Parts: sequence; C-alpha cells; structure tokens
Amino acid sequence: MSEYGMIIDYKYCTGCHTCEVACRKEKDIPLDEWGIKLFEVGPDELKGKWYWNFIPLPSDYCDLCHDRIKAGKKASCEFHCLANCIEIVRIEELSAKMIEYGNSVTCFIP
Amino acid sequence: MIRDRKDRGKNAWKQVTWEEALDLIEEKVNYIKENYGAEACFTIQGTGREVILYAPAYASAVLGTPIFTTALSGDSCYGPRCAVGDYQFGAGYPELDYAAFFPDRYDNPQYEVPKYILIWGKNPIYSSGDGFFGHAIIDLMKRGSKLIVVDPRVIWLATRADYHLQLRPSTDAAVALGLLNVVISEDLYDHDFVENWCFGFKDLAKRAAEYPPERVEEISWVPKETLIAAARAFATNAPSSVAWGLALDMQANGIQAGYAIMSLAAICGYIDVPGGITLTMPASFMGKWRYDTFGFLPDELKGKYIDDPSYGAHNAGSPQGHQSHPDLIVEMLETEKPWKLRMLWILGANFLSAQGAMPRRFYEAYSKLDFVVTQDVFMNPTAMALADVMLPLTMVGEHEGIALPHFGRNTHLLGAINKAVDEGDCKSDVEIMILAGKRLNPDLWPWDTPAEFFTSQIQTKYDWTFEDLQNDVIYQQEYVYKKYEKGLMRPDGKLGFNTPTGKVELKSTIYPGWGEDALPYFEEPLYGPNSSPMVMEEFPLILTTGGRNITFFHSEHRQIPSMREINPWPKVTIHPKTAAKYGIQNGDWVCIENPMGSFIQKAKVAKEVDPRVVHAEHGWWFPEQDAEVPNLFGAFKSNPNLCVPQKKIGKLGYGAPYKGIVCKIYKVDGLDG
Ligand code: SF4
Ligand code: SF4
Repeated sequence: MSEYGMIIDYKYCTGCHTCEVACRKEKDIPLDEWGIKLFEVGPDELKGKWYWNFIPLPSDYCDLCHDRIKAGKKASCEFHCLANCIEIVRIEELSAKMIEYGNSVTCFIP
Repeated sequence: MIRDRKDRGKNAWKQVTWEEALDLIEEKVNYIKENYGAEACFTIQGTGREVILYAPAYASAVLGTPIFTTALSGDSCYGPRCAVGDYQFGAGYPELDYAAFFPDRYDNPQYEVPKYILIWGKNPIYSSGDGFFGHAIIDLMKRGSKLIVVDPRVIWLATRADYHLQLRPSTDAAVALGLLNVVISEDLYDHDFVENWCFGFKDLAKRAAEYPPERVEEISWVPKETLIAAARAFATNAPSSVAWGLALDMQANGIQAGYAIMSLAAICGYIDVPGGITLTMPASFMGKWRYDTFGFLPDELKGKYIDDPSYGAHNAGSPQGHQSHPDLIVEMLETEKPWKLRMLWILGANFLSAQGAMPRRFYEAYSKLDFVVTQDVFMNPTAMALADVMLPLTMVGEHEGIALPHFGRNTHLLGAINKAVDEGDCKSDVEIMILAGKRLNPDLWPWDTPAEFFTSQIQTKYDWTFEDLQNDVIYQQEYVYKKYEKGLMRPDGKLGFNTPTGKVELKSTIYPGWGEDALPYFEEPLYGPNSSPMVMEEFPLILTTGGRNITFFHSEHRQIPSMREINPWPKVTIHPKTAAKYGIQNGDWVCIENPMGSFIQKAKVAKEVDPRVVHAEHGWWFPEQDAEVPNLFGAFKSNPNLCVPQKKIGKLGYGAPYKGIVCKIYKVDGLDG
C-alpha cells in the first residue's frame, strides 16, 4: 500500500497540461504513453450554471515521484502545476487535507 | 545559412560561418545605403519576445534607418492599450495589481486583494501576455477575488465568474459605456477621486447617458440584468481592478473601448491604489533605450519614418516611438512610393503565419525586396519564403539576457536570463545586434559582450552590474501607491497626472486635435448584423479569431512533439446548434470562408461560443509538411488571417478587425479541401 496520495483541488485546475509535460519529462515517458492525463468535462450548463472541469488522472507509470519525495522535493507535477492545485500528502492525512480544500477536490492513490 | 535570391522559397540553403554571413550582410547593406539611402532598409518585429527590446535599435542604431515596423494591421497589439494609458493617464501600461512589485507578494502589508477583477477580452491563464503571470488570477481567486468576465467565449475563467458578459465580438465599447451608464446614473462612483483628479466627468456622464442598458443589450447581446448587476458589483466593492486584453486592440473601435474601460476604473477610484490598477511613468526603466536610439539618426532621416498624419495617436510617437505604420509599409512595397524599400531585417516574426492580414498579399509585396535577413530558432514559412540570410538564434537557456515585463511600461522586475547550456553554433539577438552594429555603425556600439551592454544600460539608473543581477536573478522595483498625490507621476514633480490637464482625462484634450471625438463612443464593426446585413445573408456567422491555446505562443511551437501531442490540429469552435444546422460533427474538417478568402480547420463542437459566433485558432502552419513554395509548410491552409482585410483600421491609426469579421462554414474532406 502506498504511503502517499495525490490530492487535486480541481476547482482551480485550469487545464494547462503542465502536469502532463512535467511528468513526461521527469519519467522520460514516450509520446504514445502517459504518466498523467488530463480529462475535461464541459463547458455545459447544469442547473442554469456553467460547469467546466479539468481533472488529471495519474496512470500506472505514477509512483507519486517516490524518489523526489524521499529526497525532500515535491513531485514533478505538483512542483510545476501553475495553479498549485496538486498536492502529494501522506495517506493518513488525506481526509483532513481534503476537508481543508473544501469543495471540488479529489484524491488518487495510483 | 544563406541562399541565392533566385532560390527563395526553395530549400536551397547553404551553411556558412558567422563571419561569412555577417560579411554578406555588411556588403549588401552598405551597397544599398550608398546607392539608395539608409531609408531603403527597414526592420519588422514580431511580438513579446526578447528581441522586442532591441528591434527598434536594429533599425535606428544598426542599420541607421528610421523605419521599423510590425506586420500587424493597425498595429493592433498592445500599442492601442498603451495609447490609452499614455493619453488618458500620461503613464505606461495600466495593469492589474497582483502584488508583483513586492518581494513578499500578497503578504505585503500595503497590498490589498482586489474584490472583483474585471477580465476583459483576455484569457490570461493561457496567454500570460506581456509579462503578466496569468495564473496570478488563480492566486487571487484563492485569496478571495471574484471575477467579472467580458468575453464572446465562455473561457474557463467565465465558468468561475460571478458575472459573464458574453458580448457580440467587437462591441466592447458599447458594453463599457453601458457599465459607465449604470455606475454614473446610480451614483456609484468615487466622488472624491472624480472631483479632485479627473477632468471632463460631466461630459462623460452625458455621453454614457446615451448608452442605457436596453440599448447596450440590443447592440451587444449582453442581457441588461447582467450588465447592471456587474456594474454594481464592480463599483461598490473597492478595491477592484481590471485585466484588459488584446481583444480590445483587435478592433477598429478598440481605443474607444479601452478608453471607456479605463474611465470606468478611474471614476470608481481604482487607479494607483492597492489592489487596483498599477501605473508607472511611461517607458521607464530599461525599455526606454530601444526608442531613444531613434535620436542617433541624422536629422534628415528622422522625418522619414512612414506614417499618416491623420493617424494621430499612432503618429504622435509616444506609445511605440516612431514605429512606421504596418499597413502603409505593405502599400509602400507594392507601389514603391514614396520610395522603393530594398532591404529588410526580420526580428522574431513569422508574419505569413501570424500577424499579417491577407498574408498572400504580404508574400507578394515582401517578395519584391532585394535583400532579406531573418533570425530565428526554427525554420518557418516566412523565412523559407523570403529570406536570403537566416541567422540561427539561441533559445532562452542558451544565452545571457534580461527579461523585462511590459517592456519597461509597467515593469515590476528586471530579471536575468542566465546561460545554462551551450549547444550548436547559434547566437542571441543581443550578440547579433552588437556584432552587426560594430560593422555597420561602429560609433554606437562600444560594447564587446552582452554583459557589458546590459551593465551600461542598468547603470543609467542603478549602481550595480549585470553580473550582480545574474547572482540575484531578479531585481524588483519599488512601487509607491497614489503617486498622483505625491508628485511622482510627472517629470516636473507637480501633483496629478502627466496629461495636459494634469488629471485623468475622461474627456480627452488630445484626441480632438487628431480629428477624433474627445469622448468614448461605440461604432459598429465593419461587418455585422447592423452594419452589413446584406453581406451577412451569404456569410451569416461572426468569426472571431486568435484565442490562445496553452501549448503554443502565436505561430511558435508547432514542431515540438510534446506540444503537438496535446493539440495536433487547428480547431474552429462551433456551437452544437450551429454545427447541427450545417451538418458538422466534432472532428470534421471545416472550411471557413468570407469574401476575403478561406481556410480550413477541424471542428470543435462546444458551447464555448454563442450559436451566432465561431472562433478560429491563429498561427497554424505544419512543420511536418513540404517546406517549399507554394506549400510553405501549409502556411496558407489554416490561417484565419486569410479572411481578415488590410487597412480597415481605427481613426487614430490603431486597431484592425482580427477579432470581429464574418464567415460561412461548410464541411470538407480534409485539410486540403
Ligand atoms: S507524481 Fe510524479 S509520477 Fe505521478 S503523475 Fe506526478 S510527476 Fe508523474
Ligand atoms: S498543471 Fe495543474 S492546473 Fe495545469 S492541468 Fe495539471 S493539475 Fe491542472
């Protein structure tokens, strides 16, 4: 079982794709595969309001940047995310952190 | 690389040494200058690249010509907004205060988070224009800022906004006047600031009264309830701010729109206050030098830049120095009047793919030149079509340089670009400028290295060196709020603003001298439901262009596999209802056509646009395709500028209809029709 999880505060994910490229470079992943991939839903109108969300989904390549985290660094996608909306946290802290972020937040344990 | 003039358009380049290339440039330029005068040479620049800091100097101080220009019809990028800043406030570029001047940023005790940010004609998340860090909007949202977005598209920020004013493209001035109408008629403005620091309020109020919300709704499609609510939110939540964008420049009525927007911010009391709009003295800090080099020209050449006396704001030389007018340069090349232009130096511009309206006309006109030099990081359609010499440039990590947000017009920091890698036999724009300057105009080029040059520039204001900056990485300028109360907005030290009246000019004392209305007004775009109903019978959709793609900067980056993997093809966004009407499905190839021309992109069927509007991406060419003429990497296949007219510009010389034209659409089999 992983020691860490990845929180995405997706209300702020702008769909900038930086995490995809940062991961590809970090892990040297070829172009026809991916380490983390952005998904998009919207724009559409729900209950009279716009709904448009991006969420990046880590793949089987993702080890939550084990070596970087152990070296005291941030994960590559977390470090490069322009919206600062990715955070790698210890698994036991996940729910407390998610409550802190409020709404439109999810987590992955790849 | 060099190529014989008769081989232009062919992949017939010959590799030579730097020495040989510079010898050739020296010989050709000197020959042309001796026989036809320096004014037969000119430079053309692209957009927000490092070379923008040096391009005017390549003309005035290297070639010794008064002619430097761009390819953008109506110089419709940045210049129009700078003109508003200049003539209305006597200052540089008015920018959203995102605490950029403070080392401790948002935590600085002087700083306040704007309550509302009015994001107008800008998608800063994807564009980060002119040194503004786009994702700062996210930082501010996390700290409590709310958004009002004015955009014909539902950009992602619009889905996060309290109010989205989804206007018909190029009706911005009407919407701005409508907001002014509400703020003034409901008495929501800052009386103290208006009485003490603004000129012409009563006249502005009279003008705004002509734009009640009902009329604005008819013109702009923005529901009057949304307009009224947004006006109230903006005016009654101090401090609030504005992030205004390129869309305002890319319409003939754009200066008027920008003028009205800044008047709105001014009467609400948001100018030069924490969390409002920052202003600094125009062309302050290092950005000034590039235009000052014009002063080195001999007197008989100074009057030989190309502009039209009727283009008042453009011609006044204030926002962009004596930049020659792009539309007139195309005509000059065609007619060879008042004289024949012979030599061109292209600086960071691929104008057949971006910038140039009617790019085929550009291709014909620019092909007439005797000698063309370009410098770039990659081969591109313009270089392949036109250049005789192509100088290979280093990328950002490969040279020493400086970064200067807003090019000196509102510059929160000076950054050092430090060389990290050294590969290939390339040089930077600055290195080439010094080398060529030493050969062509040695008196003006005493420096041997970029570092020496930068240090001498820095020391016009500070007592440290470029090496110091390299160690510190950035130097942040100080910022003082409410400078107009402290005598810091005028060179003479008097209180107020550096305008003829000493106040923020809500009614311009300058524009009437150029035959322009003193007050902002709305004018219908050239083509549209109210101005050309006949044309719209055949071309029933409004075409707006140029919204950014995060993976590309204008025509750049199409050859980078990890970027193309994300965005492989140019996309035209069509509302599902409209797509259904024309039998178009997501991913279909679509031809977009109007009386000027046509181009092909892939359909993105999405609700990002109104059913009456389609949006096409700009800057597309295909590095993987045949490089040679006539294909030129597919430069004329997907380029929306093929549908944009030349010289349909604003009265003051600024602004062209890149973002508001008309079209019809139909399905085709592929990129080749
Ligand atoms: S945590 Fe590391 S491996 Fe996982 S997606 Fe992010 S960059 Fe890739
Ligand atoms: S880098 Fe951050 S903001 Fe950008 S797409 Fe990835 S998660 Fe979203």
